[in-house]
Amino acid sequence: MNYFEKDLTSLHDDLVAKRISVTDLVQATFDNIAATDPDLNAFLALNKDAALKKAAEMDEKGIDADNILAGIPLAIKDNIVTKGLTTTAASKMLENFVPIYDATVVSTLNEKGIINVGKTNMDEFAMGGSTENSALKTTKNAWDYTRVPGGSSGGSAAAVASGEVIAAFGSDTGGSIRQPSSFNGIVGMKPTYGRISRWGLIAFASSLDEIGPMTRTVKDNAILLSAVAGHDDHDLTTSTKEVPDFAAELNDQTSVKGMKIGLPKEFLGEGVDSEVKDAILAAADKYRELGATVDEVSLPHNKYGVAAYYIIASSEASSNLQRFDGIRYGHRSDDVKNLEDVYVNSRTEGFGDEVKRRIMLGTFSLSAGFYDAYFKKAAQVRTLIINDFQAVLKDHDFIMGPVAPTPAFKIGEEISNPMTMYMNDILTIPVNLAGLPGMSIPAGFAKGMPVGMQLIGRPFDESTLYKAGYVFEQATDFHKQTPKQGGKN
Amino acid sequence: MASRIDQDQVQHVASLAKLSLNDDQLKYFTTQLDEIIGLFETLNEVDTDGIEPTSSVSDQINVMREDVADNWGQRDALLANAPESEKGYIRVPTIIDESEDE
Repeated sequence: MNYFEKDLTSLHDDLVAKRISVTDLVQATFDNIAATDPDLNAFLALNKDAALKKAAEMDEKGIDADNILAGIPLAIKDNIVTKGLTTTAASKMLENFVPIYDATVVSTLNEKGIINVGKTNMDEFAMGGSTENSALKTTKNAWDYTRVPGGSSGGSAAAVASGEVIAAFGSDTGGSIRQPSSFNGIVGMKPTYGRISRWGLIAFASSLDEIGPMTRTVKDNAILLSAVAGHDDHDLTTSTKEVPDFAAELNDQTSVKGMKIGLPKEFLGEGVDSEVKDAILAAADKYRELGATVDEVSLPHNKYGVAAYYIIASSEASSNLQRFDGIRYGHRSDDVKNLEDVYVNSRTEGFGDEVKRRIMLGTFSLSAGFYDAYFKKAAQVRTLIINDFQAVLKDHDFIMGPVAPTPAFKIGEEISNPMTMYMNDILTIPVNLAGLPGMSIPAGFAKGMPVGMQLIGRPFDESTLYKAGYVFEQATDFHKQTPKQGGKN
Repeated sequence: MASRIDQDQVQHVASLAKLSLNDDQLKYFTTQLDEIIGLFETLNEVDTDGIEPTSSVSDQINVMREDVADNWGQRDALLANAPESEKGYIRVPTIIDESEDE
């Protein structure tokens, strides 16, 4: 089976009514992965024995009719640590790393009865936008196996879009949930900074990293965010704000009537594919038809987002990745004569080119004599980017635009030019810099490939994004299209 | 166009970051980093006089907690991930390069 015709609610009903057992559902998921994944390459590791054992226990115990997540199989990006299950961040550095604890999102999901079927491929340490920077595998786009799935959460996006799983978790530092969701025609939420605990997320850029759900429908996404959001004593950047039951607000009465939507002119400017632009303009018309107003707004500092981001994110990465020294865990070089060699040779052998590039950019930006010119300047520009968003969101309920300037590009097409790759993030990066919630939802097709629309909201107002996304989804059928190549059985 | 970073600087940055680059990689990374640092310098167009830098967007500031141990006592499990261990300790090679003493 694949998950194309299913959502969390219908799966839950099937499990409660015993139309399918948890064991059969989990086994069917692994059968589908076995048929699909040799071509798709979404998974780095499968959790087969533990998943089937947990499924059997749940069948024995019976499904709790009040717990929609009980017995639901899903996948986890491989930079989120899972106790006893290899977690590599798609790096040779961690190829054999077996965590001794679960990330908070994983332990929360486990307690709620989900079944982790495996770990998904990604750009090494989440650095990249095509999953081509994985040191371990090349994941394909679920819609076209010659194209990239996006990144860095490319494995999670491809696994959901191909019907291998109903949902997956990813992480987003500069667009890594939203862009692959856009490229694969699924729903991906990067929540507000502080909404979800990052305890157990292998740190890339700590002032930007967020974890979030990737699903086929807006409602499923809302269910999963409510399940994992909230304060965690292990991540003191998490907010103590109450977490709404986001999905409870999505029903026949949900409406965008009277909502004010801002469409930044900078989001439809130079470099944005004309078919992508058309899809977003059509979506704006759809929102008008549904009773919202859409007017043009401006985010004047948006164009500086990429430069500011690559200084800030690389600086934080250069610091976070110092921990990989070949001593306590991870790769240790065999070619060593002294302790210095352990550090240098282990890191040189263990990291791929993109990771080295970012570590060096960060080290440079923070080094004596350059700090003020680069890091401090970028942190000041970050303030201006935040101010731009605040000015627009003061009198707009949310902002809409494309997720990425283009649909998915060909494998191998852009990987040799880091600058081209970096500029692809121009529409997603500012949202991380400002810590705002941003969601990608299917909004059309360009050159036969899915186009995602990005909805950006006020801090901790994921609720408005889910409502607006849900209303759009109900009024369109883009999310019902499925890739021909995915879901082999 | 004047170069913004040269091979000596890239070599210096690599050594600060505990990375080693061969001659080909040094050339390759110098060209790329120079181009990316050129992108960074577009920020000079922005007037940031008197603008406070942002280092965090968390709504939590200076959260305090009790200093108590949690989830401890897993020495063997931790050591299982170490590349080399002995008698409950992580083993590393000799710190001083012995070959230089010969």
